[in-house]
Amino acid sequence: MRVPLSWLGEFVDLAPGTTPEDVHAALVSVGLEEEEIHRFELTGPIVVGQVLELVGEEQTNGKTINWCQVRVAPDGELAADGGPAVHGIVCGAHNFVVGDKVVVTLPGAVLPGPFPIAPRKTYGHVSDGMIASARELGLGDEHDGILVLGSLGLDPEIGTDAISLLGLDDTAVEINVTPDRGYAFSIRGVAREYAHATGAAFRDPALALTADASTVAFPVSIHDAAPVRGRVGASVFVTRAVRGVDPTRPSPAWLIARLKLAGIRSISLIVDVTNYVMIELGQPIHGYDLDKLTGGITVRRAEPGEKFTTLDDVTRTLNAEDLLITDESGPIGLAGVMGGQSTEIGSATTNVLIEAANFDPVSIARTARRHKLPSEASRRFERGVDPAVAAVAAARVVQLLVELAGGEADGLGSLHDATPDTAPIYLPTGFISGLIGLEYTRDEVRSSLAEIGASLEETQTGLSVTAPSWRPDLTDKWTLAEEVARIVGYDRIPSVLPVAPPGRGLTHAQTLRRQVAQTLAATGHTEVLAYPFVAEKSNNSFGLPVGPKVPQIRVANPLDGEAPFLRTSILPGLLQIAHRNRSRGIVDLAVFELGLVFRPVAGIRYGGDVVPPGAVRPSAQLEAELNAGIPPQPLSVAVVLTGAVVRPQPGQPPVAASWRHALAAVQQVALAAGVPITVRQGSHQALHPGRTAELFVTTDAGATSVGYAGELLPSIARGADLPAVVAVAEIDLTAVFAEAGAELRATPIATMPAATQDLSLVVDAGVPAGDVLRTLLEGCGPLLDHAELVDDYRGTGVVTGRKSLTFALRFRAPDRTLTAAEASDAKLAGVAVAAARFGATLRE
Amino acid sequence: MPDLSEISEPVVSAAVAAALAAIAAANDSAALKTVRTEHTGEASPLARLNALMRSVPGNQKAAAGKLLGQARGAVAQAFTAREAAITEAEATAQLAAETVDVTAAASAWNPGARHPLTLLQERVADVFVGMGWEVAEGPELESEWFNFDALNFDEDHPARAMQDTFFIDPPEAHLVLRTHTSPVQLRALLSRELPVYVVAPGRVFRTDELDATHTPVFHQIEGIAVDKGLTMAHLRGTLDHFVKAMFGPEAKVRLRPNYFPFTEPSAELDLWHPTFKDGARWIEWGGCGMVNANVLRSAGIDPEVYSGFAFGVGVERALMFRNDVKDMHDMVEGDVRFSQQYGMSV
Repeated sequence: MRVPLSWLGEFVDLAPGTTPEDVHAALVSVGLEEEEIHRFELTGPIVVGQVLELVGEEQTNGKTINWCQVRVAPDGELAADGGPAVHGIVCGAHNFVVGDKVVVTLPGAVLPGPFPIAPRKTYGHVSDGMIASARELGLGDEHDGILVLGSLGLDPEIGTDAISLLGLDDTAVEINVTPDRGYAFSIRGVAREYAHATGAAFRDPALALTADASTVAFPVSIHDAAPVRGRVGASVFVTRAVRGVDPTRPSPAWLIARLKLAGIRSISLIVDVTNYVMIELGQPIHGYDLDKLTGGITVRRAEPGEKFTTLDDVTRTLNAEDLLITDESGPIGLAGVMGGQSTEIGSATTNVLIEAANFDPVSIARTARRHKLPSEASRRFERGVDPAVAAVAAARVVQLLVELAGGEADGLGSLHDATPDTAPIYLPTGFISGLIGLEYTRDEVRSSLAEIGASLEETQTGLSVTAPSWRPDLTDKWTLAEEVARIVGYDRIPSVLPVAPPGRGLTHAQTLRRQVAQTLAATGHTEVLAYPFVAEKSNNSFGLPVGPKVPQIRVANPLDGEAPFLRTSILPGLLQIAHRNRSRGIVDLAVFELGLVFRPVAGIRYGGDVVPPGAVRPSAQLEAELNAGIPPQPLSVAVVLTGAVVRPQPGQPPVAASWRHALAAVQQVALAAGVPITVRQGSHQALHPGRTAELFVTTDAGATSVGYAGELLPSIARGADLPAVVAVAEIDLTAVFAEAGAELRATPIATMPAATQDLSLVVDAGVPAGDVLRTLLEGCGPLLDHAELVDDYRGTGVVTGRKSLTFALRFRAPDRTLTAAEASDAKLAGVAVAAARFGATLRE
Repeated sequence: MPDLSEISEPVVSAAVAAALAAIAAANDSAALKTVRTEHTGEASPLARLNALMRSVPGNQKAAAGKLLGQARGAVAQAFTAREAAITEAEATAQLAAETVDVTAAASAWNPGARHPLTLLQERVADVFVGMGWEVAEGPELESEWFNFDALNFDEDHPARAMQDTFFIDPPEAHLVLRTHTSPVQLRALLSRELPVYVVAPGRVFRTDELDATHTPVFHQIEGIAVDKGLTMAHLRGTLDHFVKAMFGPEAKVRLRPNYFPFTEPSAELDLWHPTFKDGARWIEWGGCGMVNANVLRSAGIDPEVYSGFAFGVGVERALMFRNDVKDMHDMVEGDVRFSQQYGMSV
């Protein structure tokens, strides 16, 4: 909402010297957020001139220009730019004649653009200024020629300052009107709020006019067969006729300037007046050409599929919820949204029927959205228009058309008002103080509510408050509390820190989540946050170990049509980020993200057809249904490494990222979560078939797969514009954390001396070392204290197709020093199991 | 060759003098080892003189023994002293030889970092956990009931229109990507015993194209407290404490009337700080207010008995004004240099 200050000042006192910034600050304090300040960006000298002489000169390019002598100051005086009283000016326009009064921008003036005016040589003359068009002044789009003041009905003195003459010295403040404050979409409403903020006197323009009763009834019938959500489409419908309007009359300059500042283009006097009244009082007005109407008006819902051509020349197919204004010829308006072509006000219109109605907000909102037709009118109706102002607004249009357009009100009209009574709100004494935490006096409560226009009635235990007609948002005692709090001032509310009951801190999973991120970062991985939107094929590659199709969720209105699906894996996002970094020269990368992934289960239809109502707690069953209707969204962590994990440095050769580092990251996650993750040779459609680890945690149900690690399939890496080796890992943290937090039973620390022995076993090259290790841990018995793989040798001395695995074993007894023989026996017991299981032999 | 046939004072003195001279002349542990063999070994003059003790007459044994004993003591003492000096000098020399260029140290891995948006959420959560609040969570893909209806968004509210909300296909299933963290309020109220004091940090979604100040995926932190007797003064007190804990004692909060469907009264939360981007000024940071009675009713809570307050702030916005991040692209593109500026803390 843009508010020209000169207009605001008609209804509320603006202290002398009040700046637009002051007005903004005042309005912000009562809840109208500041936006921009709008001005006519021009400075003088810009004056009224009279054309004394006009000589057409044909140019070589075929154009004719006019060399004009223009009087810009009375005879014997200097012009406003200090120059002579008559300036020679070149003008390309032809819509004026000698004797016309025009707007002359003298040297030194600046027009919007900015476009500074200076004497300039052109077409063989020195043009000492410019004759301005309405568009050049920022007044409109008209550029058919220069602005002839006579066409605005103006005949000012030569040399008059044209800036104030045309209202170009006005300024508008723009404010953001929240959805509950429809009344602030009017100068009237903003003036009231300004009065609340500053205490300045408010003069309600709705009280300045009385809605005179019509003498001749214009037939109007309201017939709403299908109220939307039970509310009748039109509760108020006022018509007034004005006859004999002079269609050649121009809109006065002040009106054009105010509309322009308010963001509305001047069209014609009749249309301008209807818009003017809408801005002033907040009541959308529709004007019909009375002579084009056929019979009386009926307001009804559209027939499904009914057609209607709106003013913008679009033929629309209507919905049964659309509210229509019709006459005997059929639809003439989409109520509250847009009028029709057949009865449009035109350049020849002399008899006008004015409609000022109150339409149901929901009905209008739905129609405007359905037909993608947001308009100044629909914007107001959606937020609620004061039903009591319709008749006043109609009277104001009549007044202006009579005054400005020579029209005559012949008494034809109608008044339908079925506004339901506003139910009073019971406000118990002390409620507002109790809710706000500030002791408001009896007087503060009453005067604040009276100031916003409410009427009050004392009851035994409080107040019975009837909200003013323009405040449909005031529906309960809480809304009244906000009014009192804001009128008295939010800055008066004290600061009191409440004491919460003792909390339990972060949950274990919340702590672990942080720990995982912290650990990965501490070991060289950088946290990033990717958008969760991906292409279907990304999900099909990464969502499941085997394809081809992965159940996934599509966004109905994606921003990026290439990526309309929600991620089932974090990896596609990380690969994109890796590529982006590489394209910026960062080639050695280790990135990770922790976030939710969206994993619908095939065959389940999520969501529900019906949304339960608000303000009622759903039944336990309904709540369970709502929750079951939401697809699983487990927390996942993924890592992508490429390039060097250690860059070449003095005394340190580079270490290239590989599957090993993906697994190292997995082990960091396991450590951070306090949940062991075991690794098995695995397979995944997106990963290198020989370099894929499947990750497991041990649960009550046995080993549960929680993810994969390894290297990307080179073809996928190439497809993502990445190097051939890209190490990746992804772990379902929800599953891992589910196994965390079991209280550990501590093992006593044995302090007897250890006996260490190395063991080299030869097995088939395909036998996983991890399996052999697990076998040794099992087969060597309780004396084996620790075992780890220290070498994997293939080559001379080992048969082709076999490999020699060397393990460092540490034996220890809890109660005595082991002999070498005892350790060897234990070792051989392990070897025996490995031999039986894998055909392992001791390496000679 | 000195006469070593008899233990006499001049002979012993000569042997001692030779030994001490040799010890003093030894410059490293190898030379000292040679000296030790030559002057204290079996073939050394003092050893050979000592061997004569057996033939020394009884009445002279004590004197001779004393003479030799003193001599050997003097040599041993000199040797020990010299050995210590040489060991120390050699150790020092070795350390000097082991000097490295510490500024050229190889690092074991490339540097890692946390993302400042997640770190900032953790810091905020910690402030509230310190006040006894708990951290609540909820799904990012939500039902419309939790995201809108339960929060007093009328079904015809403009925020529910296609231009703001990501709807899940098919729209008739009434699922959305949550447009705010507020649905967690409802989840907390439905699942917890009263009183409830929780914060909910998380990711939210709106259909804004990415530009310098907008991103379709961003983060909010929501707080809600529902208890008996909570007032708007408690809201202000909580926010005052919060911003001071987050931004320092100079930070201030201002409440301005505003409208949100899920609070009544509602306020815009403005933050003032002397050192933020563009200097000391009020910055819009979020919304807050007293929990709307209809929201309480959605959770089955009687608004005549309980009251509550709620607030929500933008995490990206905080990073912009606090750390002078100028372009939203930096936060969402995943360029590792952005996170690495912050390292492990924000």
